[in-house]
Amino acid sequence: MLKATRTLIAGEANGEILELDEPLSFWGGFESETGTIIDQAHPQVGQSLVGKIVMMTVGRGSSSASSVLAEAIRDGTAPAALILQESDEIIVLGAIVADEIYQTVMPILLVDDVTYRDVASLTAAQITADGQIDPR
Amino acid sequence: MPLTLDARDQALLDGTAGPAAALAMRVVVRTAESMEAEHLLDITGAHIDSCLYHGQAGLDFAQRLADDGAQVSVPTTLNVSSLDLLHPELYRGDDHTRDQARALMNAYEAMGCEPTWTCAPYQMDARPRIGEHVAWAESNAIVFANAVLGARTHRYGDFLDIAAAITGRAPAAGLHLDTARHATIVFDVSAVPANLLDLDVAYPVIGHHIGKLVGSAVPVIVGAPAGLSEDRLKAIGSAGASSGSLAMFHVVGSTPEAPDLETACGGRVPTDRHMITAADLRAARDRLTTSTNAKLGAISLGTPHYSVPEFARLIELLGDRRIHPDIHAYVNTGRSVAHELDLRGWSTRLADAGVQLVTDTCTYITPVMADIHGTAMTDSAKWAYYAPGNLGLDVAFGSVEDCVESAVRGEVVRDEGVWADA
Repeated sequence: MLKATRTLIAGEANGEILELDEPLSFWGGFESETGTIIDQAHPQVGQSLVGKIVMMTVGRGSSSASSVLAEAIRDGTAPAALILQESDEIIVLGAIVADEIYQTVMPILLVDDVTYRDVASLTAAQITADGQIDPR
Repeated sequence: MPLTLDARDQALLDGTAGPAAALAMRVVVRTAESMEAEHLLDITGAHIDSCLYHGQAGLDFAQRLADDGAQVSVPTTLNVSSLDLLHPELYRGDDHTRDQARALMNAYEAMGCEPTWTCAPYQMDARPRIGEHVAWAESNAIVFANAVLGARTHRYGDFLDIAAAITGRAPAAGLHLDTARHATIVFDVSAVPANLLDLDVAYPVIGHHIGKLVGSAVPVIVGAPAGLSEDRLKAIGSAGASSGSLAMFHVVGSTPEAPDLETACGGRVPTDRHMITAADLRAARDRLTTSTNAKLGAISLGTPHYSVPEFARLIELLGDRRIHPDIHAYVNTGRSVAHELDLRGWSTRLADAGVQLVTDTCTYITPVMADIHGTAMTDSAKWAYYAPGNLGLDVAFGSVEDCVESAVRGEVVRDEGVWADA
């Protein structure tokens, strides 16, 4: 059974798994209008994150990422969920405020290295409110 | 240990000070829980990044707080916004975005924040002292506060900044605590030629290189000349906070928590040690340039906001020369520094030379630059990193000397000088 070591934002989600090859800054690297990666230096530039369970090891870059992520959650262009190996307050804050203002939850899970690789090998998954990650 | 709140925290959370303070406290508490903090601590100041407009969500949040009567409880400065209020004619975006951006700025002013509109609050007279806890957002300001001032802020994002300013509280976790501030990775620059380390341009490149390698770990730099200027430390931090998540670093002999390597590491053995070579720096420098097109369209300096010493260098380099008529030259700075330029008569000199000052905002976050035909050149690793994505421009990174020489001549010129052997 695949399970988060911690749920930073608890909630349910369902979607294709997308593992990012490098950390992404949601500000400057991601466009909330379209939900795609716009960082020209990112190996997956042009990739859509909309509705996907997005995995990256750590967050990166600007404080403004919180605002961009909150806007994407409001606008329906955000990932379905995020899976990280290290907590990132900048990312978490975007999800906290979207929850507080719009009552829209985007789960954020922390997993260990082994679980990260196991989840990354899945095509799609379902996330439960207690942080369980079930293959789909 | 779960988070324990004191009586004041609980009262705010329960709404005794109104719904805005309760919302702010919920944001602080939820952030503290995600950081596994055991309690909250008092802060003496805040710097707000949330005043830069990114869409409806940020405005909804700020207006909810402001409409419910929220007021900051500690001195609070404001980061760059999307608008240059001193040069409004530069704005080339749409009216709706401008109006939304202005409404966001108004909401933060209504909550009692000082309208400083700068990403370099550390260039103002009042700044936190060593050991003071603050809640700063804006990645370059965070790393400067921690590394250079020795003040203590975690790597906060938007929303926590204003929530902490309203409640006066922040999570007792992360970079607020001694243990998280100690270095675990050593970067040794002693093999880099001294004539390269003598140049300002070495420092944004070092920061860019380190940022790529450290993730969110705390590095310590050894082998650099002692007593590096605040501008050089600013360049390291802002570059590393763009290429990575640098929020704290030490430079032995230059930063306040690093009198020596052992102290910087908290007495522990570093987990990793990297020798930086001139070739590493040359490769990092080259990665910051996206185009070898010699046709120059613009230069943009001042990301983060240019300081008075940086303007002094610019004035010296320009001498009595003018920017080439085909080239747009922008320098971003804060109001307080712009005021200082006025007092020194430098604003007029710069304007006469064809240099456009941009205040309150920055050329890479809002449409203020004219249509640029050709490469845009910069001395900022942060600008070089973000401008290609944000503005769709080709960028050449160079020293301020290269930028000025290029802007005067009207084409990209670079003095390879010390880089040639690297």
